[in-house]
Amino acid sequence: MTVNGTARSADVEPRTLLVHHLRDELELTGTNVGCDTSSCGACTVHIDGRSVKSCTMLAVQAEGAAITTIEGLADTARANGSSTGDMDWHPMQEAFQQCHALQCGYCTPGMVMAATSLLGEKPDPTEAEVREGLEGNLCRCTGYHNIVKAVLSTTGGAS
Amino acid sequence: MNATTGGIGTAMLRKEDPKLLTGENKFVDDIHVNGELWMGMVRCTSAHAKIVSIDTSGAEAMPGVHSVYTGQQLADMELWAAPLPCAWPVTEDMLNPPHWPVAVDTARHVGEIVAVVLADSRYQAADAVEHVVVEYDYQPAVASIAAARDGDAKAHLELDTNKAYTWELVPDPDALAAAFENPAHHVSADFVQQRLIPAAMEPRGVLAVPSPMGGEITLYSATQVPHILKVMIAATTGLPEQKLRIIAPSVGGGFGAKLNVNPDELLAVTLANRLGRAVRWTETRSEAVGSTHQGRGQLQHIEIAADENGKIQGVRAHLDADMGAYMMLITPGVALLGSFLYTGVYDVPAFGFSCDGYFTNLTPTDAYRGAGRPEASYAIERAMDILAAKVGVGPDEIRRRNYINGGEFFEDHEAASTLIFDSGNYAPNLEKALELAKYEELKAEQARRREAGDGKQLGIGMCTYVEICGLAPSRALGGLNYGAGGWEHATVRMLPTGKVEVVSGSTPHGQGHETAWSQIIATKMGVSSDDVTVLHSDTALSPLGLDTYGSRSLAVGGVAISMAAEKLIEKAKLIAAHQFEASPDDLEFVDGSFSVKGTPAKSVHIQELGFAAFAAHDLPDGMEPNLQEQVSFDPPNFAFPFGTHVAVVEIDEVTGGVELVDYIAVDDCGTQVNPMIVEGQLHGGIVQGAAQALWEIAMYDDDGNPTNPSFMDYLVPSAAEVPYMKTDYTVTPSTSNPLGVKGAGEAGTIGSAAAVMNAVVDALSPYGVEDMDMPATPRRVWKAMQGGAS
Repeated sequence: MTVNGTARSADVEPRTLLVHHLRDELELTGTNVGCDTSSCGACTVHIDGRSVKSCTMLAVQAEGAAITTIEGLADTARANGSSTGDMDWHPMQEAFQQCHALQCGYCTPGMVMAATSLLGEKPDPTEAEVREGLEGNLCRCTGYHNIVKAVLSTTGGAS
Repeated sequence: MNATTGGIGTAMLRKEDPKLLTGENKFVDDIHVNGELWMGMVRCTSAHAKIVSIDTSGAEAMPGVHSVYTGQQLADMELWAAPLPCAWPVTEDMLNPPHWPVAVDTARHVGEIVAVVLADSRYQAADAVEHVVVEYDYQPAVASIAAARDGDAKAHLELDTNKAYTWELVPDPDALAAAFENPAHHVSADFVQQRLIPAAMEPRGVLAVPSPMGGEITLYSATQVPHILKVMIAATTGLPEQKLRIIAPSVGGGFGAKLNVNPDELLAVTLANRLGRAVRWTETRSEAVGSTHQGRGQLQHIEIAADENGKIQGVRAHLDADMGAYMMLITPGVALLGSFLYTGVYDVPAFGFSCDGYFTNLTPTDAYRGAGRPEASYAIERAMDILAAKVGVGPDEIRRRNYINGGEFFEDHEAASTLIFDSGNYAPNLEKALELAKYEELKAEQARRREAGDGKQLGIGMCTYVEICGLAPSRALGGLNYGAGGWEHATVRMLPTGKVEVVSGSTPHGQGHETAWSQIIATKMGVSSDDVTVLHSDTALSPLGLDTYGSRSLAVGGVAISMAAEKLIEKAKLIAAHQFEASPDDLEFVDGSFSVKGTPAKSVHIQELGFAAFAAHDLPDGMEPNLQEQVSFDPPNFAFPFGTHVAVVEIDEVTGGVELVDYIAVDDCGTQVNPMIVEGQLHGGIVQGAAQALWEIAMYDDDGNPTNPSFMDYLVPSAAEVPYMKTDYTVTPSTSNPLGVKGAGEAGTIGSAAAVMNAVVDALSPYGVEDMDMPATPRRVWKAMQGGAS
């Protein structure tokens, strides 16, 4: 598999969840685990450009796939020329800070990955579409107000 | 303030964000050390059972398994000096049966640990747990407060009652009795505060690392309370306190659920110490229903006596509170934290409160965002709406008629509950909220829909809350039998290069301490907030502190920082005066610079004095080198934030579905250090309270089995369930501290459950519905609309 642009190969137990492989073996701990029922979305990564909850997938199922985690998101933004601001982040990361869309930050990597994937599918969503689109990602701190605002701000649709 | 950036009052972006946004920060489960062993917990699958036998042989034979310990074996190893601690024995005769980290002969709730496995990996530990065979002798379970109070079964077989304590607060019994003698209006209402699962997004986790040379143990824990944990681990394990170091790395939310002293923390420390190897555990979400304490769990009875105009003569309240199976750190005290608030923001001449605490065979309860105060606010604010209906006035008018000091500004008001409210200005806050909500337009729209028989009925609900935070004056806590104080500690030091280090006793888990404390220093000392670093959450760096809960960080900890900065400035002033060969009294301090009054051209910036204090070549006679000052601030009083929340709901006549369509909050938390952070705290708090009203309930069957333990069926709301919120503020500085700050962490939750339920009941009033239990599920609402019981 390719992870954040680097080819990685490993022998894994067939039952190893992708999220545990990313976290425990590849030491990419930005991707978090918040539940055990694929409900919370804290483990969301991109596989071949689309958001996937990495706890719903076995590592072996990702064989040959291109995986992007939060650690690699800014690099992809730099590669496509869309990084912004002093921090040279992906625009969504920048928007999350600007809009105070994170507090404890535990859901944040998954939320950012889900939000960028959502905009890939629907570049100009309404507020309702953002809310529906992020339904699979839970946050306990923000009440979602500033998360929705942040996502819309990257499309020029902030209210 | 030219040298100052990011001072008090600025919506400064957070310093915490870059690491969190890029995945660079470390939560406990992100940290690994060589040779670590994973704990796997064998948990009781019954709510109440005697342990007949435990066969660990199958598990021990599995690959990667190091060892398996039963509760009896751990007791025989003499790992425990004392049971798990309860720091708040609310009465002298409170029952507090011993609670061991691992059950020895009887388990008393689903999820109580009966054995612990140690294995080389996460997966091997989980596998081995499945191969420990436990034979149980099942006992009748006490699965509800009503069963504890009225039934025959006992949660603890060795006790002849389930009632753990009765606590009363009746300052003037005669006045209370007189108030309820033939009142013109008498409200008598019962409410259920359902159990809630706090559900911080980061599950709890621990990693204990022994030091092979010195015998020290470092415990990384996803905790809100590293300092309290250190004392309590020493007390319960007998390990020397000075050999313990507790680190709370990045902590992914707490909401009260991470302020306890938990079996896993004690197991990790003692087993790491015994084995000389690192020991770790990370909670799974489904495990959390039995491994992390829950919130609420009260049956409330409240009465209001009022005259013919609806002016309150007296309030009395009684709670039956669910302790769960054991007393944890502050389990019995949660109800007490709310007791003083059953009079709300109102001028109540006579007051009485009592609480019976009951053991059940359910997960222990303890603090959850608001801890006692959302419950109190809910009861009085629901009851005020009932009183309004009896008097025949609107919910806004009944509140205006009863506000402390007629709703006008006051300071230091003694309430019938005996507490001194620091400051308030309630009526302008209400009017601002009603205006922001366009209350009159909403009422007209509601009337129009009712007239038209619209399938979507509108409900408008309000809550005018007050809360107690800034926990707390140590003497007040002592008076309530709490086991510790309520001060907070801070150190401020100027480094030789002029940079500033702040050591914070209060610890963050999402609140933004690093940002807010930098802002306080920026304003006080006239330095850039970029020049400030905040050290926290590690008892080796920050040895003194009482941590974070009860909306105390700013009102106690932030004030300590401000005071320490002032002390440092005073010392720096002496150095500046020495350099100027002037009297300190002739110096002024503006924007971080000292100058002789009247001659501003000659000045020295405080950051330039850091090196002078460090080099100590030419300090005033007798002055110690270095610029470092510390303060332990013990607040003289609590702080009392308040506000008005207005919720607007739409109820679908066909499905009974309730949609929260608008939410307006005008809060008053006194002076604001970072308005952006305040607003974020309110947003999250509001949704947590609304979630209690509409979606969340920890359910158990009659045998005490949790029936919705995972996120599949415990309904933490998503973005799709909630609207944008409209927030605004009034500012009434607190008299309890020199910054005038009050607290905002719990306010949203304290205001919102009542506002939303008042809106639901308001929407249903044409159907003759007068009350509804939380959560207002479609099924409950639909049944109520059909005239059935809610």
